[in-house]
Order: sequence, then C-alpha cells, then structure tokens
Amino acid sequence: MNFLAHTLEELHEKLVNKELTAVELMESVYANIEETDERVGAFLTLNKEEALAAAREADEQGIDPDNVLSGLPVGIKDNISTKGIRTTAASKILEEFVPVYDATVVEKLKQAGMISVGKLNLDEFAMGGSTENSALKVTRNPWDLSKVPGGSSGGSAAAVAAGQIPVSLGSDTGGSIRQPASFTGLVGMKPTYGRVSRYGLIAFGSSLDQIGPFTRTVKDNALVLNVISGTDDRDGTSYRGDTPDFTEGIEEGVKGLRIGVPKEYFHEDAKETAIVESVRAALELYKEMGAEIVEVSLPHSKYGIPAYYIIASSEASSNLQRFDGIRYGYRSENIGSLEDIYVKSRSEGFGLEVKRRIMLGTFSLSSGFYDAHFKKAAQARTLIRQDFEKTFEDVDVLVAPTTTSTAFEIGGKIDDPLAMYMADVLTVPVNLAGVPSLSIPCGFSEDMPIGMQIIGKHFDEQTIYRTAYAYEKATDHHEKKPSFKGGE
Amino acid sequence: MAINEETVKQVAKLAKLEIEEESIHTFTKELDRIVDMVEQLEELDTEGVEGTYHGLPQKNVWREDKVQQGTDREALFKNVKTRKDGYIEVPAMFDNGGSEA
Amino acid sequence: MNLEPVIGLEVHVELKTDSKMFSPSPAHFGAEPNTNTNVIDWGHPGVLPVVNKRAIEFGMKAALTLNCSIANETKFDRKNYFYPDNPKAYQISQFDQPIGYDGWIEIDVKGEKKKIRIERVHLEEDAGKNTHGDDGSSYVDLNRQGTPLIEIVSEADMRSPEEAQAYLDTVKQLIQFTGVSDVKMQEGSMRCDANISLRPVGQEEFGTKTELKNLNSFNNVRKGLQHEIKRQEKILNAGGAIQQETRRFDETTGETILMRVKEGSSDYRYFPEPDIPNLEISNDWIDDVRASLPEMPKERMERYVKDYKLPEYDAGVLTATVEMSDFFQETVDHGADPKQASNWLMGEVSAYLNSEHKELHDTQLTPKALAEMIKLIADGTISSKIAKKVFKELITKGSDDVKALVEDKGWVQLSDPAKLLPIISETLDQNEQSIEDYKNGKDRALGFLVGNVMKQTRGKANPGVVNKLLKEEMDKR
Ligand SMILES: [Mg+2]
Ligand SMILES: [Zn+2]
Repeated sequence: MNFLAHTLEELHEKLVNKELTAVELMESVYANIEETDERVGAFLTLNKEEALAAAREADEQGIDPDNVLSGLPVGIKDNISTKGIRTTAASKILEEFVPVYDATVVEKLKQAGMISVGKLNLDEFAMGGSTENSALKVTRNPWDLSKVPGGSSGGSAAAVAAGQIPVSLGSDTGGSIRQPASFTGLVGMKPTYGRVSRYGLIAFGSSLDQIGPFTRTVKDNALVLNVISGTDDRDGTSYRGDTPDFTEGIEEGVKGLRIGVPKEYFHEDAKETAIVESVRAALELYKEMGAEIVEVSLPHSKYGIPAYYIIASSEASSNLQRFDGIRYGYRSENIGSLEDIYVKSRSEGFGLEVKRRIMLGTFSLSSGFYDAHFKKAAQARTLIRQDFEKTFEDVDVLVAPTTTSTAFEIGGKIDDPLAMYMADVLTVPVNLAGVPSLSIPCGFSEDMPIGMQIIGKHFDEQTIYRTAYAYEKATDHHEKKPSFKGGE
Repeated sequence: MAINEETVKQVAKLAKLEIEEESIHTFTKELDRIVDMVEQLEELDTEGVEGTYHGLPQKNVWREDKVQQGTDREALFKNVKTRKDGYIEVPAMFDNGGSEA
Repeated sequence: MNLEPVIGLEVHVELKTDSKMFSPSPAHFGAEPNTNTNVIDWGHPGVLPVVNKRAIEFGMKAALTLNCSIANETKFDRKNYFYPDNPKAYQISQFDQPIGYDGWIEIDVKGEKKKIRIERVHLEEDAGKNTHGDDGSSYVDLNRQGTPLIEIVSEADMRSPEEAQAYLDTVKQLIQFTGVSDVKMQEGSMRCDANISLRPVGQEEFGTKTELKNLNSFNNVRKGLQHEIKRQEKILNAGGAIQQETRRFDETTGETILMRVKEGSSDYRYFPEPDIPNLEISNDWIDDVRASLPEMPKERMERYVKDYKLPEYDAGVLTATVEMSDFFQETVDHGADPKQASNWLMGEVSAYLNSEHKELHDTQLTPKALAEMIKLIADGTISSKIAKKVFKELITKGSDDVKALVEDKGWVQLSDPAKLLPIISETLDQNEQSIEDYKNGKDRALGFLVGNVMKQTRGKANPGVVNKLLKEEMDKR
C-alpha cells in the first residue's frame, strides 16, 4: 500500500467500502516504516501495539462514513505531549520523559478517529532548520538522502514525503513547518497564531509557536486543520472566535483574487535562480487563471531575522528553565548540591544550539540590555505586523518563495549558526505578524523540490487553501515521488 | 556592543548553564556574532512604537473559579528521580529563605 | 546622632478562591503533600496558564479597599528565578502595570491618626513549600504552588515598629472585611517582609536598608523591627555603614540574622507573559466590584454611633473584626437592644473568648440566641443574675430556643403576685420586728425581707415585684 498515490478522502472511501480495513492500513504503515525508516530516520518512537489495537477497534466499530479521518494514521512531532508515550523534544534532557497528559491536538485527532503511529524527529526543542540538532537521530531527505529534510519539523516532513504516513503534525515558530515542507515537496500549513491550541506543545517561542499539518495535497491539509483547530479553554491564547470549514469554497478558483507579490521576498540574485523563477512562473499561471497580480512592499521584513531571534530566544530562555532536573527529565549523576542539579543537569542535558539560544535570550532580557534587545525587537515586530495588515487592505493573499535555497547537504551549515539563522529570512516575518501561511510545492531545482508560500490575512486560511488548490489542480508537482537516492 | 567572556560567564550563571573553560572562547565569539546580527535593529527608528508581546491581540481571557481534582500523585511521581513520603526530595538548600513570592 | 527609622512593608495575602490562580486544581490547605496539584502546577512540558477570573475580582476588591486606583489596562509578567518550590523557574506576577496603585490607609497609634501610602497592589501566584530536613535534604510540596496572592507594597511611610504594627492591623482588618482572604499570619495566608533603614532626623534622603524576612506574627514584626533598629543604630553610631542585605528574624533569640548579602540587584529578567492575554478592566466593571464591597469598619463604626447611640470606643471594639461586627449586627437584627448587645459582646462574650483562647465561630453562641436572651432579660422572664447561667449554657452548648431552655431548667423568674403573696405573707408573719423597723424608716429592713423572699424561692422571684408587693403588704398592716 503506497499512500503517495492516495488522498485522505480516497483512503477514507476504501475504508468505508471495506476495500481496506483500518488494521491492514495500519500494518502497511508499519511495513512502510520498517522498509524505509532505516534510511530516512523520521521516527523517534513507534507505538505499534496501541496503534494496531486502535485500528482493530475502529474496524469493530465500523468506519463512520461522515467522518473522513476516522481510522487514518497520523504521525506526531515529538514536541507534542502524548500521554503514556515518550515525548523527547529530541533532547537528551527529556530522553526518558513519559507525559501524563495528551496535548489538545492529540485529543482532537483521537476524537476524529485518527490513530497516532509514533513520534517524529525534530531539531532539539524545535530549534533549527535542518533536524541536525536532534540529540537522538539524524533524519534524511527522501528526495536525496545526503540532504537535510529541513527543520525543525524534519521528521514530520520526511515521514510523509517518504510515504510512510499520509499526514503528520509539525510546529512552526519561525518556519519549522513551511521550510521542511518546501524541502520535501509537501503541503505544510502554519495557521494563524491562536487558530490551533498550543496546550501540550512543548513551548519554544510562546508568542510565535503554532501547530500545523503536513500533507501531500492541499485538501488533505484543510481536512486535518478542520479537526485540530478551535478554541481551547486550556489555552488562553487560542482564538475566541469561530472556526470555519477550511474546505469550504476550496474549488472556487482565483478569478478576481488580488495576489500581492512582496518585492523584498524575491532575491533575484540568489544563487538558486530556479526558486524565484518557479514562483514567478506560478504567478504567471495565477494571472492566466484570472487573478490580479500586484507588487507590494513589506519594508520592515528585513528586520525579521534579528527581531525573531531575540524574541524567540528570550521566550525560550524562560520556557526552558523548567528543565531543571528536579521534577522530571535528565538529572546529572554528578551532583552534590542543589546548584549542581540545576547547572550540571542542564549543561549535560541541553545541546549546543539550545544553549546558544538560551544564552542569547537570557542576555536579551537581562537588565541593561532589555530595552535595546527585547523591547526593541517587540517594537520591530509591531512594524512588521503593521506592514502585513496594511498590505492586506489591498490584496487577498501574498505569494512568495518559502526559502532562499532548496534542501542542503547534511553537515553543510551546521557549523555556522548564523548562516542557518539567515535561512529563515522568508518565513519568520509571518510568525512575527501572526498571519497564516501555507507552503506548497511549485517546482524543482536539480531534482530537489521548491516551495512557495501563500500568506493570508489573520484567520483567513480559507482563501489560502482556495489559492493553493487552484494551483495544485493546474500543476503536477505534488504527484512527483521521491527517489531515496544518495546517502551512504 | 561586543560580548566578552566575562559577560558570557555572567549570563551562563543566570541561565544555570556551565560553559566549559575550553569552549568559552569559541562560544563567546559565536555569541558575539549573533548579538552583532540582532543589533542591526539599532538602525530602526522605533520612537513611539508600542511593542508586540503576544501572538494575537486578544484580551480578557479567563476561566471561572471551578475546581478540578489534581493529577494522580503517583502518575506525577513517575518522572521524579528522588522522593520521600509524597514529597519531591532535593539536596538541602543553602538558606531557609524559601522562594521570593 | 538622633536617628529615625524609615519602614516600608511588603505584605502577601492569599486569596480565598476555590481553584488556583492559573490552574483548576484545588487551592486548599491541609491536604497530603502534592495531592492538590496538577500538571500545570508541576510545570510539565507544554502546559499553559489560564487566569482565574475570581482571583482578578478579589484582587480588585482588596485594592479598592486599600483606596487604590484600578488599572484599566493590566497584564501579567514572568519573574525568572530558579528554586525548587518554583517549578517553572518563573513566577507569573505583575511588573510594571499592577492591578492597583496609589492607595493609602489610615492608621491609629494611641489615638494619633496617620496616612500610610500604598505604592501598589499586584496579583501573582504563590510558590510551593520547602521543608528542610536535618538529613541533608529538602522536601518539596507543590500543593501551595499557584495559589492566588496579592502583594501589597507600602511606601516607606512608617517611622516606628508601632506604626508598622498598626499598618498591618489595619490592612488585615480591611481585607478581612472584604472576605477575599482569611488574612491569618499564623496560617500563612498573610505574610510580611519589612524594609528598614535609619536616617538622621531632618534628613530627607533614605539610608541603606535591610530587608527582614520570616516575620510570621504581628509581634514578631514589631520585635524584629525593634531589634533591627538597635542593630543599625549601633553600627551607625559607631561610624559604620549598613550593608544592603536580607536578614531573618529568629524567634528564639529575638534577633535578626544575616541570610544573604545582595550582590547588586537580582536579575529577574521580567518580561510580559506571552501565554496570558492582557486584561482590560472597564470602569463599569470597577464600579460593579466597588458596589459589591461590604460596609467597611469605618462606616459601620459611624453608623453604630449615630443610629445605635453607642460610644465611639464601643463602636470601635465591635468593628475591630468582621466576625464581631457581623455578630453584633445580626444580634441587633434579631431584635436585641443595641446597647445591651454591645454590653454583652464587649463584656461576657469577650471575657469568655479571651479566657478560652477562642474565636466566636469556635463557640456555640449564635446571634439569634443572644438576642433572645437579651429580650428575656428585658421582659423580666429571667433575672440578670440567672442570665449569666443562661449565657454559659448558650456559649458552651448552644440553643435554638432560649425560652424553652430557661423554662426547662426552671430559670424563669417568679413574677406572678398570686404565687408570691403567700410567701410574702409568711415572711412578714415571721419577721414582725422588720416591719416595725421599716415603718420607722430603716431601709435595710426592706432589703432583709426581699432577701428572705429570694431565699425562699431559691432566687427565682423577681426582686422588683417582690419589693413592690412587700411594701404594699406592709402598708396594709
Ligand atoms: Mg516583592
Ligand atoms: Zn510577591
């Protein structure tokens, strides 16, 4: 059974028609994983027994024909809390941590009948853009095993791209869903901040983090977002407004739609000219389909990287203080005093990149630097957000490349943190503004996928999906399959 | 502003991290580059601009004062390394101060 | 050098909500360790705080009572520091936009009234509790973690330990009346830290201060400050300098002991809590909360003087605690004469509470029973002498029906002339000399005869009636 060929709706139909049982589907998932994951390295933890038991139960109860996701498998990024199933954030400090509660999104997936098959690799605490910062495993890009799958949700992207599972959840603080989606030829959504509950997502940058789905197709993505969205009483930052059906109007097309092209996001001089060319070609296509293309400007986006690294790192420095070796998590063997528990557990438990960001964040919040760093970044954030709001008075969506390069070699940037940070230049302004953005495949450069992001107004994911769907219908990038070439 | 090793040591102390003596030099240089990068913000005029500290400008979100039973203690203690009689055990603290609520 | 103390107090008060400030687990005491906690209190990965609305309202009530302005825009911040009783390694508190600011209260030290300004009242969560074993370990109980607190920060307006104590008394009294806290220092629902420095009289600038902790009773606040004043005086008079440090009051020695020297100021890296949306408090809401405040001691006192014609002193005693004041009010509402109710509460009731080390709620006495007893005295059903017996019964055992009680016990006064006359006649027959003496103007004779009748009736006769009947009968003879 190869999921690359099937959408969620097709799988659902097969289950309803009894062409396929949930147990068969689940068994094929684990067979797929067994066959490919030694090379890809997407999963950190599998919960095969529970998943098969849940599939058996789904078969016994019968698949609900009105519930399109029931009995379908899903993978969860390992910074999302799963009750009774190890949740590591890919960190040594949580290597043996077993949560006692399910994240709200996990509860919602279960309520929808989806069955979690396991936990997916990431950059430690979601800090990174290549999944090389995982303390536990290397994940490879199924399109070229010598390359990174992107990050931080690299495991979530690689597993879907490799055809192991049809859907996974990732989290996006500065591009961590969209960038790996673009590196692996997937559809990846960073919803509006507040759309999806963060309860149970191990916090990185609390005011930036959002959970979102990876899928093969646009409609699959909208179907999963339908299920995980909504107000959560346990998350005060989750949106207190309505949740629409994201598939509604998805087929309406782009005729008359005003698509903004932010000029700052098109680096014509970039060495991979194929990226800008692909997005330009997509815009041409949109024009042919009846959309109006408008050049716009987001002048403060160039301050996105510095503002983002200060804000995300500052919040992270505080969020990660709870990992102190006392109530859970790694504790150094090497302790005499209370101070030892703190310092030695944290120093041995956190990886280098996490320490870097804790240091930057602690510094940015410390007395004497707060105004020039944290406060200044928060002000820059206001200006960046206002740019988007102003632009959206005139256009319906924005279209831009997701990244400035396609997937790079494993080890290629890992020794240069600054270069790694700069790679987020096109994704972080979206998180700072809180707006939703979807990355979809829009071409290839030397056989590696290229991603294009469609950015929408706050809480207007519907128009994004509509825009993306029209493009997907008119093209066949999403039908190409990875080759698993390269690697050792 | 240039970061020096002294600053790095001070910040590490606040963050309860230990930067090994042999790597402090590289770490300082790296952090200095990062700080230089983020300080690009200096050129931005933010006079009179309110800061944004939340992902969503939503206000007044609360719950009613309703009690839910606590989490099962045994479940909570499964991840605790050292315990005694229902308490979390830690090495003795230096002062009797308790925390500064 | 003539030195004057400058004292400011930081008071923490626990709010009496059902659930915690940011989590729904129970905010109650006395449970087994770590049983009233959940994953949020433990700071498990991924959990989030959600504000308890009642805690906000309680904070507003307290702040309004302390004459604070309420911030229309307020928010929560994180205060970062590591400690085992602080599971997230940050406390959610309020930094630059406290819910209440610019308040004041009036204190009274030996009749001298003074205004003490309050800088701010902010909301925050309490920490857990550490117990320090003598086995080289400390033990953490997170039951208290997350209990809502207000921190009340005074200006450094107090000039003596007595003023500090009066300030605490008044804060306690005011908050108690609002009902948002038990405000009991011995139970930890009210806690106090003091900042104290000395300066030459006439100098405006403050001296270097020390911070006193572990002041766990009103007496210890006074004693701790007294000791600290002496200690600082000694140093300054010897030409020394005060170190900025935190000191702990030791109850057994009555001295303050160095805990830690402040190395610069601690860097708490405060920043706005991203997990909690800002609060917008409308003037309508503030007005509603203000309107819901109960009548405060000062207003009650004025009303007692004006409406019930009580002396100011008595009214002050009756309004010292909300419990006494409510009890008095209910007794009056049950029909008791206010002056009599006041006399009983300030007299027998207070004496009983003092000697038994009890509070009103520890006894069986109810306002209704007290009112009934007072009415029975007034209508002559019982004598004031018997009333002391009735009172003893009511405060130790209680009664729903005082009239039935005194009848059961045979404590009703004998006032019926038909029943008294035979006894009176008999007494007169046996004491002819006394009649003679009475007629010769010896008043003592009447007293002797009354006593005789009382003895015959084992104290049950109504002395007034007996008096009247004796006179009438003697006039007939
Ligand atoms: Mg304080
Ligand atoms: Zn406090």
